[in-house]
Amino acid sequence: MAGVKFEQAMARLEAIVGELEKGDLPLDESLKIFEEGIRLSKNCLKVLEEAERKIEVLVQDKNGKKQLRAFSSYDDDNHDSASDS
Amino acid sequence: MPSKDPSSRRVLTVSELTGLVRASLETDFPEVWLEGEISNLRAPGSGHLYCTLKDDAAQIRAVLFRSTAGRLRFGLEDGLHVIVRGRVSVYEPRGEYQIILEYVEPKGLGAFQLAFEQLRQRLAAEGLFDQERKRPLPAFPRTVGIVTSPAGAAVRDMISVLHRRCPLLDILIAPVQVQGEDSAEQIASAIRSLNEWGRVDVIIVGRGGGSLEDLWSFNDERVVRAIVASSIPVVSAVGHETDMTLADYAADLRAPTPSAAAEAVAPVLSEVVEHLGTLALRCRQAMGWRCGAERRRLDLALAQIANVRFRILEDMQRVDGAVVQMRQAVQDALKWGWDTVHSVRHELVGRSPEPFVRHGLAQVPQLRSRLDGAMRYALNRRKQEARSCLASLNALSPLGILDRGYGIVESLSTHQVIRDARQVAVGEAVLARLARGKLRCLVEEVMADLGLKAGSDPL
Repeated sequence: MAGVKFEQAMARLEAIVGELEKGDLPLDESLKIFEEGIRLSKNCLKVLEEAERKIEVLVQDKNGKKQLRAFSSYDDDNHDSASDS
Repeated sequence: MPSKDPSSRRVLTVSELTGLVRASLETDFPEVWLEGEISNLRAPGSGHLYCTLKDDAAQIRAVLFRSTAGRLRFGLEDGLHVIVRGRVSVYEPRGEYQIILEYVEPKGLGAFQLAFEQLRQRLAAEGLFDQERKRPLPAFPRTVGIVTSPAGAAVRDMISVLHRRCPLLDILIAPVQVQGEDSAEQIASAIRSLNEWGRVDVIIVGRGGGSLEDLWSFNDERVVRAIVASSIPVVSAVGHETDMTLADYAADLRAPTPSAAAEAVAPVLSEVVEHLGTLALRCRQAMGWRCGAERRRLDLALAQIANVRFRILEDMQRVDGAVVQMRQAVQDALKWGWDTVHSVRHELVGRSPEPFVRHGLAQVPQLRSRLDGAMRYALNRRKQEARSCLASLNALSPLGILDRGYGIVESLSTHQVIRDARQVAVGEAVLARLARGKLRCLVEEVMADLGLKAGSDPL
């Protein structure tokens, strides 16, 4: 679940910032988590920039197998343009 | 009409009479609405329910067959006031008349409400609505699952709000009927399906507004249990501002409308990006500050080292100065020592005892000869004195007397000098000392003599 990974990354980033601001760690530890923090923030930003939204419908066919289908609500396009303004 | 004549009496059996009574009652009361209080409720296990309906003054037995009982939306309890519809009949084996109930509703509360209340209490007792059970919603969901009707304003509103706040969100819709007979089963099934599909971070279960009956599927026990069993957090949005459905109680969060649910679930993307930027900035700042602090520590240490080095050089210089001083001091001390020795030596020499010694030495022979002289003189004088004494002695010496022919007579026994002849007896031995030699004499005769008196001068 991409959402969980993102959330964990954000939580770890917050923790790292807290540690650095407290300033209790020895210098080489600080450098290590600083690098990790910058890496995390870049990754999170990347996730946000690369994400494309999808609206899909979960359907179950006769055999009980589940599939995704695109959601074709007739109002979807209208709302898209409205929300992009 | 019964006659009083015993021969024309029509005698019935008990069964026949009971049958007639039954037919009569069934004809007269094929359908009756009754109001009363339930008491003596028994459910023997056959599925049929038996009770008594009573009021202040009378009571009637009632039976609810299994098929009818199954259709009840609520549970019967003793003390419940109900309004019923049924037909009157007779239970012939016991001769009791009873009412066979076909419809029961609680008096005062609607059937819906009572059923709702009973179910709510039962589920609450299981702890399904406890606050501790409720989970926090994920802060950054990637995919939102929505269980709702695919048509209608609710789903469009939710999609709109979700995308306005966070255009990146993926939405997965599990379409269901939100009212009607199948609705509850479909909703429960949809929640399970989303859980099985797995790639959903949070679920919204909801519908738009409607009457209490329209919302009734969301009070269904199956929906509640599906929400409770969901491992994905569930937000309920049943579009009824004031009343809560059981799904609302069971959900991890209850939103008053579908749009509100969407707002609760979706973070505002611009805020997330900004927050990310702030975190990165704080990260850099904290690191920069830390490096600065460490740099200052280093500089301070270097300054202190330089300081120490300088002090070492200073000290070395002081040492050199001290060495020079020391040398000088030693030299001065030596010189002083030499000088002192010399002057003392000079004094010593000045005070030498040599002259005294020489003088003394010279004097000694003189003194010696004087000593000798004095000694000789003293000796001579003593000699002379001694000679004169000796002469006197000789003169007085009894030996001189003896030389003149005198003898000393001593008693042999007492050794005393005998001056008087009377001191001796005839025949006694006496010793006579002569000038030369001695005589041992025996007294032959004692002659008293007038002779010389003691102390008289012979002349």
